[in-house]
Amino acid sequence: MSELIVISTLNGVLFGMLLFLLSSGLTVIFSIMGVLNFAHASFYMLGAFFGFQLTKWIGFWPALVLAPLLVGAIGMAVERYGLRNTHKHGHVAELLLTFGLAFAIEEIVSMIWGKSPLDYRVPALLDFPAFTVFSTNYPPYKIFMLAVSIVIFVALLIVLKRTRVGLIVQAALTHPHMVAHLGHNVGQVFMLVFGVGTALAGLAGVIAGPALVTQSDMAASLGPILFVVIVFGGLGSLPGAFIASLAIGLIQTFAVALNGSLASAFGPLDPSTGPSVLSDIWNVTIAQVAPIIPYVLLVLILIVRPMGLMGTRES
Amino acid sequence: MTTAASSTSSAGGTPATENLRFYGVWLIATIALIVLPMVFSSGSSLTSFSLIGIAIVFALSYNILLGQTGLLSFGHAVHYGLGGFAACHMMNAVVSHGWPIPLPFIPLFGGLGGLAFAMVIGWVITKRAGTVFAMISLGIGELVASSSLILRSVFGGEAGITTDRTALPHMFGWTFGPQLQVYYLIAFWLVLAAIAMYALTRTPLGRICNAVRDNPERVQFIGYDPHVVRYIAYCLAGFFAGIAGGLAAINFEIANSAYLGAIQSGLVLFATFIGGTAYFFGPILGAILVTYLQLGLTNLTSVWQLYFGIIFIGIVMFSPGGIAGLLMMHRPLVRAGTLSTVIPSYLVAIVPTAALACGVILVIETIARYSGGDGNPINLFGIAFNPVSPVTWVVAAVLVVVGFFVARLTWRRIAEAWDRAATVARDRGYLA
Repeated sequence: MSELIVISTLNGVLFGMLLFLLSSGLTVIFSIMGVLNFAHASFYMLGAFFGFQLTKWIGFWPALVLAPLLVGAIGMAVERYGLRNTHKHGHVAELLLTFGLAFAIEEIVSMIWGKSPLDYRVPALLDFPAFTVFSTNYPPYKIFMLAVSIVIFVALLIVLKRTRVGLIVQAALTHPHMVAHLGHNVGQVFMLVFGVGTALAGLAGVIAGPALVTQSDMAASLGPILFVVIVFGGLGSLPGAFIASLAIGLIQTFAVALNGSLASAFGPLDPSTGPSVLSDIWNVTIAQVAPIIPYVLLVLILIVRPMGLMGTRES
Repeated sequence: MTTAASSTSSAGGTPATENLRFYGVWLIATIALIVLPMVFSSGSSLTSFSLIGIAIVFALSYNILLGQTGLLSFGHAVHYGLGGFAACHMMNAVVSHGWPIPLPFIPLFGGLGGLAFAMVIGWVITKRAGTVFAMISLGIGELVASSSLILRSVFGGEAGITTDRTALPHMFGWTFGPQLQVYYLIAFWLVLAAIAMYALTRTPLGRICNAVRDNPERVQFIGYDPHVVRYIAYCLAGFFAGIAGGLAAINFEIANSAYLGAIQSGLVLFATFIGGTAYFFGPILGAILVTYLQLGLTNLTSVWQLYFGIIFIGIVMFSPGGIAGLLMMHRPLVRAGTLSTVIPSYLVAIVPTAALACGVILVIETIARYSGGDGNPINLFGIAFNPVSPVTWVVAAVLVVVGFFVARLTWRRIAEAWDRAATVARDRGYLA
């Protein structure tokens, strides 16, 4: 039991930090531009596929740097030539543009790399058993992923709290119009923020690719969870996004590891009643329910606290 | 966005001729629906017409949310799918209990299924509008789609629930075995649902929905609760989506979890938005186009969904009013008689724009077949291109680059001609 708790906590924190790499970018983009980037998970997917391709050509370590830069450049182009022109039609049009983009990116990726999972391997340098927790070998690559996400997290914190750019971004989080009135080049800030946000998503993709499955549906499966994270944490709140990322990461990881069901806890139902909704619910294991837990949390938080965990703004 | 479905009444003409024209349009549409299968009577066209009819009801129901109330939903297929399941279960129950309910009434139960879920979940989901509503609808969509695989006894797991439409009590001697009879059933419900949804846009409720879309704060000041208005609109949209789902269940004799999924939700959003949300006939155009493309393109190319995405992005960026918006833009010019000054610039622009489109198609198909290892030649309007030959690549590149720069010049000419024509129309008082 304690083994399960330690391993699941490690994995949960890891997944949570990965979610935060994505949700932090999404939150900052949303707060400053008012755009909910539906394609954010698609940029994460692009990161994974670029990482795979560049690893094949020039090795993992250069790919770790180049792939996020490439994704960030694509993100900036999307902002400059897509979102900026759509801005005049309102936020719904912008959301729809990123929705169409997510759709197109998925199709393009599966067109080029196919629909089956890619053989994206952990780099040889990190491919050995690091240490043994109880009886499980914990791979060093996961430690590396955790380290990268923590480094990025700390770097983000320092940039936001200690630099001038960070100050402007923070100010724009709460008072976007005032920042524009103060004479900052809003267009450039938008492009920069969008570029950095998508680059972070790309980085998450590069490091997550070898550990999780690199496949053309990875954006479609992660995207909805990402939106749950930022609605749950409170739209536009970075601390909220951080807490929600970790919470959802841990909850999902623990749920997948647990095999209990109501039937195993209270004994099976009377078999003579035959199949019914009740017996479906009675026999389903927690692991099977894991994919829907984030959405149940979403509905609950909306009933209890509609603005999200740490949210202050109404929309 | 503000002139939703009201253009017919505000336009000129005496009320009598206006009425005549209005009922004439509906009458002609109904007659067209009746005559259509007599003109195109092959099996495949009947199937297509049936699918298009279902898609139109679904897209119109979606427009109650998107166009009328300004709610962007990413999970509308939930109501469509639940309507389909409700209809399937109802059909099976009718058969097993021997209830005297003939098949034509079944879509109503589909609608009630969609309505029931909308009433349960709607109150929470419509608390907020805008982006938050969009995200929550996406979450609800995922929740229901995932749950449908867990609750096997209701949703039948991966296989779904099957049914037999011919086993129900017959009506007027119709067995509803042949596709033709199913088509007429769908056409009947299409007309009924379209009239009901059009009538909805003209009621005070429909108008207050528009007000909630445009300015919820002022709606609060005149004493309405925007949350309640959104909730009612959401329930009605769920009801009509359920009818569409019930029709689909009758047509396919099966309901499965694909009905509820994100792809279905995405398709109805595409259809409605491409058609245009500001006019009642927009979603109808969109549903016809998207279903037709879906049926036609799947045979031609493996990446048909990418073309959907590109068309959608193009519409969002360049014509947010959709096809209907583009068409209706020309109305004042037609009335002012200045349309003829714009048409030459259109004709000039067609050539480079078509070249650009061909270039893009060629690029996409080349990449798709090159990386897919598919050596089949690309057949573009009767000309065969070899996807592995550099000649094809050069032709594609030239078409895209040259086409783009020439097309941009001609688009500028259109804008200039348009401005001149619009100025004249404004002077003559046909354009505000």
